[in-house]
Amino acid sequence: MAKRLPKKDVVIIGLGWTGSVMANELTDEGLEVMAIERGPWRDAPTDFPPSYMQDELRYRVRHELFLRPDQLTFSFRNKVDQTALPIRSWGAFMPPNGVGGGGVHWNAEMWRFLPSDFVLKTHLTERYGASFLPEDMTIQDWGITYDELEPFYDRFEYLCGTSGTAGNLNGKIQPGGNPFEGPRARPYPTPAQAQPFGHTLFGKAAQDLGYKPFPQPSGNLSQAYTNPLGLKMGPCTYCGFCEWFGCSNYSKASPQTTILPYLVRKPNFSARDNSEVIKINVDKSGTRATGVTFVDSSGVEWEQPADLVVLAAYTMFNVQLLLHSKIGKPYDPIANTGVVGRNYTHQTISSVNGFFDNKKYNFNPFIASGAIGMCIDEFNGDNFDHGPHGFVGGGYMGQVQTGARPIESTLVPPGTPKWGAAWKTAVKENYLSTVKPGTGVHGSFYAYRDVYLDLDPTYSDRFGRPLMRITMDLKENEVKQNKFLTDKFAEIIKAMGADKLGIQYRTAPYDISTYQTTHLNGGAIMGTAPTTSALNRYMQSWDVSNLFVLGASAFPQNPGYNPTLTVGALAYWAAKAIRDKYLKSPGRLVDA
Amino acid sequence: MRDSGRSFFAGLGIAVFVATSASAGDSDPQEFTQIERGRYLAVLSDCASCHTVPGSNQPFAGGRAIETPFGNILAPNITPDPETGIGSWSDDAFDAAIRKGLRRNGSRLYPAMPYTAYTKMSREDVLAIRAYLNTVTPVRNAVDANTLPFPFNIRASMRVWNMLYFNQGDYKPDAKKPAEWNRGAFLVDGPGHCGACHTPKTFLGGDKTDDYLRGGFLQGWSAPDITGDSRVGLGAWSAEDLVAYLKSGHNRVSAATGPMAEVVTLSTEHMTDPDLRAIATYLKSLSGKQDHPQTLSKEDAAMVSGGAIYRDQCSACHGIDGKGVAELFPSIADSSMVKSDDPTTSIRIVLRGARSVGTQAQPTAPGMPSYGRQLDDAQIAAVLTYMRNGWGAAAAPIGAADVARVRSDTALRPD
Amino acid sequence: MDKKDSGRLYFHRRELLIGAAYLMLGLSKAHATIIVDHLPWTPNAGNPPTAALPGSWVFFTRDEGRAMEAIADRIIPPDPQTPGGKESGSAIFIDRQLAGPYGRQDGLYVRPPFMKGTKSQGYQSEKGPAQEYREGLAALDLACKAKFDGKAFADLSDQDKDAVLKGLESAEFKLDGTDGKAFFDMAIKDVQMGFFADPIYGGNRDMVAWKMIGYPGSRYNYLDWVNRHNERFPLPPVSMTGRAEWTPQTR
Repeated sequence: MAKRLPKKDVVIIGLGWTGSVMANELTDEGLEVMAIERGPWRDAPTDFPPSYMQDELRYRVRHELFLRPDQLTFSFRNKVDQTALPIRSWGAFMPPNGVGGGGVHWNAEMWRFLPSDFVLKTHLTERYGASFLPEDMTIQDWGITYDELEPFYDRFEYLCGTSGTAGNLNGKIQPGGNPFEGPRARPYPTPAQAQPFGHTLFGKAAQDLGYKPFPQPSGNLSQAYTNPLGLKMGPCTYCGFCEWFGCSNYSKASPQTTILPYLVRKPNFSARDNSEVIKINVDKSGTRATGVTFVDSSGVEWEQPADLVVLAAYTMFNVQLLLHSKIGKPYDPIANTGVVGRNYTHQTISSVNGFFDNKKYNFNPFIASGAIGMCIDEFNGDNFDHGPHGFVGGGYMGQVQTGARPIESTLVPPGTPKWGAAWKTAVKENYLSTVKPGTGVHGSFYAYRDVYLDLDPTYSDRFGRPLMRITMDLKENEVKQNKFLTDKFAEIIKAMGADKLGIQYRTAPYDISTYQTTHLNGGAIMGTAPTTSALNRYMQSWDVSNLFVLGASAFPQNPGYNPTLTVGALAYWAAKAIRDKYLKSPGRLVDA
Repeated sequence: MRDSGRSFFAGLGIAVFVATSASAGDSDPQEFTQIERGRYLAVLSDCASCHTVPGSNQPFAGGRAIETPFGNILAPNITPDPETGIGSWSDDAFDAAIRKGLRRNGSRLYPAMPYTAYTKMSREDVLAIRAYLNTVTPVRNAVDANTLPFPFNIRASMRVWNMLYFNQGDYKPDAKKPAEWNRGAFLVDGPGHCGACHTPKTFLGGDKTDDYLRGGFLQGWSAPDITGDSRVGLGAWSAEDLVAYLKSGHNRVSAATGPMAEVVTLSTEHMTDPDLRAIATYLKSLSGKQDHPQTLSKEDAAMVSGGAIYRDQCSACHGIDGKGVAELFPSIADSSMVKSDDPTTSIRIVLRGARSVGTQAQPTAPGMPSYGRQLDDAQIAAVLTYMRNGWGAAAAPIGAADVARVRSDTALRPD
Repeated sequence: MDKKDSGRLYFHRRELLIGAAYLMLGLSKAHATIIVDHLPWTPNAGNPPTAALPGSWVFFTRDEGRAMEAIADRIIPPDPQTPGGKESGSAIFIDRQLAGPYGRQDGLYVRPPFMKGTKSQGYQSEKGPAQEYREGLAALDLACKAKFDGKAFADLSDQDKDAVLKGLESAEFKLDGTDGKAFFDMAIKDVQMGFFADPIYGGNRDMVAWKMIGYPGSRYNYLDWVNRHNERFPLPPVSMTGRAEWTPQTR
């Protein structure tokens, strides 16, 4: 029997980016806010100091900051007619755990989506006709436009001190920036980061080929910054231990550096760490949430009643909690009914490695940040005519190499033996003169009828609850998109002066064991109608009006960009709707 | 930061009751101006830092252990509770305690209660503090006042001590100095009692007046020189730097941590800007000892290895140029604390890490990681020696034995 | 460890914790706390890595250790400039890793049922690395003794060792009851990982691998080098335990 705690105005499930944004907004309204985080409290001086943070084995290979599959995992299969098996060890993605969530160990790549991305179905249908799209593709419009979201993009960028070069200021294209981006009202808060040799060389090669390269927008700051909450950040020192690692010197945007020290001082805010929410409780009618049930580290169950519940636990755990709490109709791909679990997507990633003459090129590749790089956007979204190519979607590409940690960055040219004296010599000769972009091609991943989430019939977690089951495969559209993009990328790497290329395409089947970003999206998507979405355009559940669900679980499909800036902007957008509309008149904000 | 206004209103009714009983003092509990003045003086005097147990939500109820070189003393309950607090004290008795170091039964207070500084306040000041304390929520909390071991528990010996070290009397302004300087001197030597930490003590615990405000040692920390000395004091700070430091806990080169963090959050953060400027004016007017030691040669073994450690580790935050980042990471190159004669605080920060203070104006509260496990005593001594003599600075080197001493002294400390 | 019917060596399967037992590993803060009013702080906070202690094998038997060292020295042969896999400590690295959470599959989902899946469904065996190495090294020596007149792998000539390893790689040299190719792929990965990891873990002794490739180690501040393009970075490598220059050299 769960022990009941005193009621709070708001309970927030998860204290990552969206939980921290929402907690800060709602405490400003004077509400009593409690955030409950499954993982531990984390902070730079105590958890990622420069004395031992630069440990590739511990934090990248053994991924110590991340969730343990034994605590919670999923099952996986490619196709509906297969048996799903548990993900026993992370591979394709790595779910976060702990205060700050993925915001602690992300790359801090901060991309806005294109205006056309938000009205994708309408846009593509108008341009190419409905029959151009694959029959089983289930992309949708978001229910919100880029113009509506623009002020909130700005807000999150300024919260983080984002370093970049504007490409479109109020409709006027700016040199040096991304000419394809949607219009922004004002420049970035700090200038773009310095670009090391290899990244600069890519920019030059791209420019010579006629593209318009620009520096990747970065949440690793180019200079010291004071954000709107009065919190101070330092300049990134290009240590090369960014993604997978916490930042030791307060220069990567995270909830810890941009929100939490300010938030924690408020008397109406408190947080519990190492406490896992296992259920959102709803009343008998099923239309009103009464609070949550969580389990602390001793195994004791508690009930935290609240008037307003904000689910901010990351895409996968959002959808899982909705399924376990029986909120919203689960998606059935065969009958094509239900909404919770539909439109689940990932990211289509590939790269091209370049091997250069070490007598002419020394890239010092260990000098980098997580969001460094020169990129081009000519092949993203619908920025080019897809008519001749037979696929839709695209992505940015760039030399975005984030460092050269030796376990993973001692590459050898294709054809070199994998071991022995020849391997050893090749490693020695190539380490400093190899370009290894990593997520060099960062493509979209659109939604499909039979790519979805539901509950597994066989495997369960340590509470005895069924694991969530992933059914996902790579479709022909994304394979074609990736081949096209990767070949273009290879041209630029060659034009840089590479002697040899190592080209890696992304091919089917979707493999759960090879890492391809943790940009998981969908499953509880926002939209215009309750029959095809779980949330309305304010991230409010259609079914339970005092429940808001934040995060990339709301994306109806994934464009060719990293998700976090849009996730943060949507959190601010939803917070404004709660503050301006919902609190004054609780209930549905949008008629069904 | 607890809002003391709440306890003011809650306590008001009870203060009225106390005032009408026979033994209460003659201050008028309904006189708001006096009470507000007393509240501010209590902030200046930082009464809460000793008389309030942190996190207890019982302001001034006493019971906090004050560590002295002679043992621990428990600060008494100074809420208006008639039996366990000072509710039944007369105003004269209260004034005698604050400004003369006398307990109600005539025995002496130990100078952990800084009556040697508070004596500089006037009777009106003290009665205002009394008026304020009368409005605080009474708390029933009997505190044992006699916890010092023999022979320090013989209060009568304080008579001799006071003859040596106690100069009773109000602050006398220096007519040759401007009003702001005198205000600063009053604040520093009176309610602020800065010398309690920042003036070194004789083995009997009295002030070494020749080294006034040139740094002291207590509770496992070294308090730095706060005269205008350009090398180890505040000489290189502008008045604005000092005001910013006291008000927000941070300035362009330094940050408050340890016991000073508490002084900022309980006291100086809540002082008026003119008062902070007065303190700055006064402190910077003190010339300091102006030592000029020789800087160590770059080839010195400690400089070489310390420089390597600094480049490989410390520069991550404090910068390759030693300048840190303003209001985020202290500047080693500009730090007078680093060059202090007593290096205890620098050593313990490196060993154990530190959290700088978070305030309304500067909420970030960045933390320094602990290096006690990664670096051994010789290495810590080397890197600190490097910092003390780098970038054109000069200070005596530190030895591994110094680090070992601080390592063992702080091993059981909770802060 | 106990012997099961088939004569193979099995590990006691770790007791599966039913219920809400807390499973975070390697972190000191394992209990729930409430954060309110100020950022948490304690002195000496932090969780430095667990060093691989020098000394005799912790996991490997003497024969297994010999075999592993021999494999390591063929995967990374010694040359005049840089030691090989054996001398630089890759086998020590693997030994300490297998004795620890990695070997035991700590933190992984090891609940039944175990079923063979498609390649895209990832590793589905309940064995884990410790058992895979135990079985693989035993099977390797058995196969070598059968083919090379009773000689274990470590006793073969370098030429024969390379032939055996190439045979494992191409799946032509078969091991009894063990997937030889998978075993060798795992060995390559782990030997090379130990070679490039921080020396605190037992391999890459004295940072020899980092010196070989020109990697400056666990540094943090490159602000004075990010704009210096195409120049050799001059500072020597430093590991988490520092470098020799950190200790004052008294003459």
